[in-house]
Amino acid sequence: MIVELGHYALVLAFVLAVAQTVLPAWGAFRGDARLMAVAPPVAGMQFLLVGIAFAALVRAYVVSDFSVVNVVENSHSAKPLLFKVTGVWGNHEGSMLLWVLILALFGAAVAAFGRNLPDRLKALVLSVQASIAAAFLLFLLAASNPFARIFPPPAEGNDLNPILQDIGLAIHPPFLYLGYVGCSIAFAFAIAALIDGRLDAAWARWVRPWTLAAWTFLTAGIALGSYWAYYELGWGGFWFWDPVENASFMPWLSATALLHSAVVMERREALRIWTVLLAILTFSLSLLGTFLVRSGVLTSVHAFATDPTRGVFILAILVLFIGGSLTLFAFRAGALAPGGIFAPISREGALVLNNLLLTSACATILVGTLYPLVLEALTGQRISVGAPYFNLTFAPLMVPLLLAVPFGPMLAWKRGDLYAAGQRLLAAFGVALAAVVVTAAFVGGGRWLPLFGVGLAAFLMLGALSEPAYRIRLGRMPIGESIQRAIGLPRSAWGTTLAHFGLGLAVLGIVAASAWQTETIRTMRVGDSVIVAGKSVTMDGFVSRQEANFRETAVRLTVREGGRVVRVMEPSKRLFPVRDMVTTESAIATFGFSQLYISVGDLDQTAATVRVYWKPMVTLIWLGPLVMIVGGLLSLSDRRLRVGAPRPARGLLPRGAE
Amino acid sequence: MTRKQRRLTLVGLAGIVLATAVGLVLFALSDRIVFFNSPSEIVAKAPPPGQRLRLGGLVADGSVRKSDDGRIDFAVTDGAATVKVTYRGILPDLFREGQGVVVEGKMDGGAFAADTVLARHDERYMPPEVAAALKEQGVWRHGEGDGNEGPAP
Repeated sequence: MIVELGHYALVLAFVLAVAQTVLPAWGAFRGDARLMAVAPPVAGMQFLLVGIAFAALVRAYVVSDFSVVNVVENSHSAKPLLFKVTGVWGNHEGSMLLWVLILALFGAAVAAFGRNLPDRLKALVLSVQASIAAAFLLFLLAASNPFARIFPPPAEGNDLNPILQDIGLAIHPPFLYLGYVGCSIAFAFAIAALIDGRLDAAWARWVRPWTLAAWTFLTAGIALGSYWAYYELGWGGFWFWDPVENASFMPWLSATALLHSAVVMERREALRIWTVLLAILTFSLSLLGTFLVRSGVLTSVHAFATDPTRGVFILAILVLFIGGSLTLFAFRAGALAPGGIFAPISREGALVLNNLLLTSACATILVGTLYPLVLEALTGQRISVGAPYFNLTFAPLMVPLLLAVPFGPMLAWKRGDLYAAGQRLLAAFGVALAAVVVTAAFVGGGRWLPLFGVGLAAFLMLGALSEPAYRIRLGRMPIGESIQRAIGLPRSAWGTTLAHFGLGLAVLGIVAASAWQTETIRTMRVGDSVIVAGKSVTMDGFVSRQEANFRETAVRLTVREGGRVVRVMEPSKRLFPVRDMVTTESAIATFGFSQLYISVGDLDQTAATVRVYWKPMVTLIWLGPLVMIVGGLLSLSDRRLRVGAPRPARGLLPRGAE
Repeated sequence: MTRKQRRLTLVGLAGIVLATAVGLVLFALSDRIVFFNSPSEIVAKAPPPGQRLRLGGLVADGSVRKSDDGRIDFAVTDGAATVKVTYRGILPDLFREGQGVVVEGKMDGGAFAADTVLARHDERYMPPEVAAALKEQGVWRHGEGDGNEGPAP
């Protein structure tokens, strides 16, 4: 009964979404305030209904209602409660429902926080937002109904893929979706502006917090996904250039570019047309990501649900929205007045460079991701475009970008002085050189590329700090006065500093962990030892455990440093009998920012193949994004962003997701 | 600078960045992509040693031998031809004889020296390249499931 109620709520939500698409837009054309006023309450109602549908599905999972096909396929009564709940979005139908729930959440948030938006703009934005919701609700109802029943109900479910039974995976899709779908707001604003023909600094001020919120969530989602792959897949890779990862990384790059160009538009009214185009492209890439993951055209670890009819359906949605918006852009962009002018060497110029490099990098990833699909469709030739391609195309475009990052905030608007900016960065440059020398001495020279990477990362971090240091006149004034000035700096300025600093941290982690990682593979018996990074790892024996839905065999290893026991680690294998599937659970010990990473291969009664990695500075890869997220949140909390702008959606979580 | 000169500077900068990106993409696509081959194709074409390749098929029954130093020898077959593979490292959890596998590496002498072994990650999944190659060879067994199939109800 409750399941049917959820299904019914979903149908109602679809009808409301259609109404919310048509009525406010009609009202906006006729100048009818009553029709336009329909949008906000309907947006709230639509969110409530999708929330009810989602709650109904969560309930079906929690009580293990095996009369629902979706629950049978992806759950099991012996599964821990947490994974019963997260299993809701560990499959195609449930994850699409979560997608729509978050879309409705953002629509409702615009309606709730957008009281100070002009009526016409608000009506159009909510209408565009609802049209996306209507398309995806139709997709859910017609091609991937999560509430389909089965008769007779089986006694037990098939269980969720054990690789997916993990807390990191449990929380990473909601964050990723908050990011993906958050980009729909900027898209809706862009379409509304194109229809309306009005585009000014105020528009950028409304769009920026939403984009910032989406960007922050996307950063969190990508970092969580990367960390999950790192500890779950058993060999400690943190980025695979897997198409599904690219699908989330492309909107991130594009959203980063959009954040920066929106700043230019807000402050200087320049780059207006470009900003609108970027807003459209960012959401288009999010839709493309959804298509790539959901249609099953890709080969990857994430391909857990595949069905060609669904693929065609999502492709149709993709063509409708991307094609439609770009066509609208082509017709209407000319009508928008060109923006302010600026010298090539200026803050605007630096941000244009940022946008150029980010979008080019994004385009190279797009080519690398789609090329194998196109080639196979045209010639039948099967190829894989992997890390070598992406390292060769993406990295060279990132180097000038990263070098330029510290310069950007140092340049004045309109016309900047590169020489003066360089002088202010001298200290950062000096420290970066010193960092290179110290690292070279420490690792004993060797390849220049990683050393250059370390220098680049140090320059980024210190360059980021140099900007506020300059602004608070650190060292050129009594320290008390500097602190006063530091408190007086707007939070968004600190947000920028933190985001750029975090980027430097992440670069340092990526460079160090890729260049100076060591790997030792050994077949060990009880009593055997290996020496890794000055630590001895000794095998003590085997441990077996029986858990509710799996059996675990672990190898106990003692880590000693100078004869003293510092850690006991237990990498293991888990056997999930329901799917007859084995997973590898690695053991990780953190020393400072570095980690010892151990996983086991073959096990028999007396011996185990053990793989021991030393990963220097590896945690910085995720601490960096964490600092960036803090920067994003700090910037969102800035009062200036909120004046005349909707409040950010920060702190809102999907209903029923906990 | 006049407005026109400024605009030209920007366009020039954009041109340089885009040209660099296009150049990198073209070079990387000609040089850094890895072609997928079935054992029959490897035997027929005898690719030059040192070229990176992907090889996909079924792990031949009774072919897996493990040495104490972590070296693993096995053979990949598509029914028509068989290629020997050597690999050092830890095999994926679902690596089994008679199951689908994709290895990446290069030909070294008569054997394929793999540095990466990818196996299906659950009992329903078959790498699509392997499924396609097996279909071509006519050894595809129905009911085994391929990558394009939804979960069985």
